[in-house]
Amino acid sequence: MSSWLPESVSTYGGDIDAIFYLIYYVTGAWFVLTLGVTILFLIRYRRREGRRATYVHGNTLAQSAWILVPGLIVLLMDFWIDFRSAEVWAKVMGRMPSSDLRVQVTAKQFNWEMVYPGPDGQFGTADDLQLENELHVPAGKVVRVTLKSKDVIHSFFLPHVRLKQDAVPGREIEAWFEATKPGRYEIPCAELCGFGHSGMKGWLTVHPPDEYQKWVKQRWPSS
Amino acid sequence: MSARVEVEEHMGFWRGYVFSTDHKTIAKQYLAIGLFWAIVGGLLAYLMRWQLAYPDTEVPGWGFIGADFYTMLVTMHGTIMVFFVAMPILLGAFGNFLIPLMVGARDMAFPRLNMLSVWTFALSSLVLLISFFVPGGAAAAGWTGYPPLSAKPIYTGVDWGLNLWILALALEFASFLMGGVNFLTTTVNLRAPGLSMLRLPLLVWMQITAAVLFMLSVGPLIAGAVMLLMDRVVGTSFYLPEGGGDPLLWQHLFWFFGHPEVYVILLPGLGIMLEILPVFSRKPIFGYRPIIYSTIAAGILSFVVWAHHQFISGLDPRLAMPFSITTIFISVPFALMVFAMIATLWRGSISFPTPMLFALGTLAVFLVGGLTGVFNGSAPVDIYIHDTYFVVAHFHYTLFSVTFFAAFAGIYFWFPKMFGRMMNETLGKLHFWLTFLFFNAVFVAMFLLGLGGMMRRIANPMQYDFLQPLQPMNVFATIASILLLLGQIPFVINFFWSLVAGEVAERNPWQANTLEWSAPSPPPHGNFEIVPVVYRGPYEYSHPSVPEDWLPQDRPAVPTAGV
Repeated sequence: MSSWLPESVSTYGGDIDAIFYLIYYVTGAWFVLTLGVTILFLIRYRRREGRRATYVHGNTLAQSAWILVPGLIVLLMDFWIDFRSAEVWAKVMGRMPSSDLRVQVTAKQFNWEMVYPGPDGQFGTADDLQLENELHVPAGKVVRVTLKSKDVIHSFFLPHVRLKQDAVPGREIEAWFEATKPGRYEIPCAELCGFGHSGMKGWLTVHPPDEYQKWVKQRWPSS
Repeated sequence: MSARVEVEEHMGFWRGYVFSTDHKTIAKQYLAIGLFWAIVGGLLAYLMRWQLAYPDTEVPGWGFIGADFYTMLVTMHGTIMVFFVAMPILLGAFGNFLIPLMVGARDMAFPRLNMLSVWTFALSSLVLLISFFVPGGAAAAGWTGYPPLSAKPIYTGVDWGLNLWILALALEFASFLMGGVNFLTTTVNLRAPGLSMLRLPLLVWMQITAAVLFMLSVGPLIAGAVMLLMDRVVGTSFYLPEGGGDPLLWQHLFWFFGHPEVYVILLPGLGIMLEILPVFSRKPIFGYRPIIYSTIAAGILSFVVWAHHQFISGLDPRLAMPFSITTIFISVPFALMVFAMIATLWRGSISFPTPMLFALGTLAVFLVGGLTGVFNGSAPVDIYIHDTYFVVAHFHYTLFSVTFFAAFAGIYFWFPKMFGRMMNETLGKLHFWLTFLFFNAVFVAMFLLGLGGMMRRIANPMQYDFLQPLQPMNVFATIASILLLLGQIPFVINFFWSLVAGEVAERNPWQANTLEWSAPSPPPHGNFEIVPVVYRGPYEYSHPSVPEDWLPQDRPAVPTAGV
C-alpha cells in the first residue's frame, strides 16, 4: 500500500499515515478472518445428501455469545482506533504551533491567490505581495495559512503534506504545516467548485532555508 | 379465487395496470421506473469513466465531453443512483410488493395513497428527465448540491436545470413519505392473526425502520431545499455570506438527512439478504432479536454521525472527535449483523442458486464497504482521503452492494412470485460472476487511485503531475466498468425472456416459510384465497419435529416428534 500514498513531506504526515496503517491492518485482519470463516462454512456446510442443517436460533445469551463476543472485540478495537486518532487530530487540528511565516490564501473560481505580508509581517500594508497559484515556503518552518474564498467552497489540498482544508466564503479558516523536504508539489482544489474545478491548482515550492532567503531578497529587494 | 381474478379482468387495462391501487402492480411500476433510471445512471457512468481514462477524446457512441458536461454527469449520476434507483427499487418495489404479502394482508392500508405515491414519483422522474433538456442543462453542483455553488446560477452556468433538480427531489421525498406511512400502518395494523411483531420477517423490520428513519430525517432537508430554491429564485441569502447567510448551514441540513438516508437504502438491502440466507442454508436466521436490536441501534446512531462528512469543512475541530467516535461505533451493530449472517451459515445445508450467490456477494462487498468506512470515520485519516476516490470507492462498496447485488438477489428470488415464472439459472449465474468480478475490479482500482490522492469530480486527471503516473489505473477502471455494464446484458435477456417463456413457477419454488409463498404465483388481486393464520416465526427451517426441512409460518400444527 505504501507505494500508493504519495511521499509524505510534512512533520505530521507520518502521524496521519501511521493511523492509516493502524486501521489498514486492523480492518485487513477482520476482512481476512470474516471472509475466511464465511468461505470455510460455505465449503464445509454445502448441501449434501442425508445431512440436515442444525436447528439453532441464536437467541439465548449462550448462543448469541458467538456474535456478541466478536462484536465486543470490534468495540474494543474501535476504542483503540479512536484514541490513536484523537492524539493525531489534536496534533494537526488542535492548538496551532507558533508560526514562522503567515500567508493568506484566497480561493476563487478557479485560482489560488497567495498573499504574503512582506517584511513587516502585517497584511494590508504596501509591502504585501500577491502571487497567483504560487506558494513559496522554507523547509523546517511552521507556515500558517489563512484560508478565504471569494465565491464558492474550495478545498485547499496539499497531498504530499497530508493537509486538506475547505475554504468557505464568509469565513477565515486557519491551517498550518511544516514541510520537511524541499521540492515542488501541487496544490489541487479538492471540492467541486464549478466547471473549472478540474485543473484548478497551484504549486507549493518548499525551499531549503538559505535558498528561501534568496527568494525573499528577490521579491523584496529593499528588506 | 376465480371471483377475484374476474374482478381484476373487469377493471380493464387502465385501472388494472396503470392507475392501479394494487400494491403488487405499484411495486412493478416502481421496479420499472427504477430499472429505467439504472440504465440511464449506468450510461452516465460509462461517459464519466471514458472521460477519466481518455480525457477530452470522443466517447464512442456519444461524442465529446467537456469539463462542464462532466460536472453535470457527476451530479446526475449520484442523484439518479441514490434517489431514482436505490429508493424505488429497494423501498418502492420490494417494500410495496413484500410487506402486504409477508404480513398476510390483502393490500396496503391505504391503497389510493399508495397509487398517489407511485404517480408522484413518476412525476418526479419526469421533472428530472426534463431537467436534462432545459437551456443550461441539468444540475451540475454535485449530488450533495453544496451552496454557494448551487445557490447562484452564475457559479455553475446552470439555471432551471438546478431548480428542477430541487423540485424533482421534493416530489420524490413526498412520494416516499406517503409510501413510508403505508409501510408503517400496514405493518402495525394489518398483520394476519397470530403474526406478532417478533414473528415478522426481518425484511419487514428493515423496511419499517427505514421508513421511520426517512420520516425523521427528511424534514430538515426539505426545509433546506426550500431555502436553497429561494436563494436561487427570489434572491434570499440563507446560504450566501454576502447577504449574511452561511454555506455550512446547508451541509448540516443535508447530512443530517444524508447519513440516515444511507441506512434508509442499506436496511432494505440487508433485509433481502436476511430473507435469502436462511432459505438456502435451510437454517433459522441466527440471532433474530439481536439483529432487530442492532438495526434500531444503528438507526438511532445514524442521527448523530452526520458531521463526519464535514471534518475539514471549517467545523470547529473540537467537534470532530465526538462525531468520529459515534461514527466508528456504528461499526458495532453492523458487525453484529454480519456475524449473525455468517453464523446462519454455520452447520447449514447450503445450496447456491442465483439468489444465494447474489446474497453472498452482497455480504462480501458490504463487508469491504463497512471496513473501509472506518478509514473515513477516523478524523485524521479523513484529512487526506476526504474528497478523494477512496471515498468514492467506499460508498460504492456500501451502496452498490445493496442497490445492485441485494436487489438482484431479491429479483431472482421473488421473480417467480412477482411474475409466476422462474428465471434462468445459467444466465443468472453468468450475470453474478460477471458483476462480482468486474465490480471489484472497478472499485479496488478506485481505492488505489484515492490513496494516490486523486480528487473526486475532476474531469481530467492528466492535468495534475502527481496523478499522471496513476493513469494506467484509471484506464483499468474504465475497461472494467465497461465490462461491468456489458455484464448486465445476461440479466436483461434473462428478465424479459423469463417474463414470457420462463418455466412456470409453483407457489413455493424455494420451499420457504414466509407468508408470501403461501399465496399463488403470482398472487391475484387480494393476495390470499383465505387470510392466513400464523403459528410461528418466519425462519423455522430444519425443525426437528417435521420430516421436511421447512415449516411455513401458516401451517397449522406441528406433527408430533419422532416421525
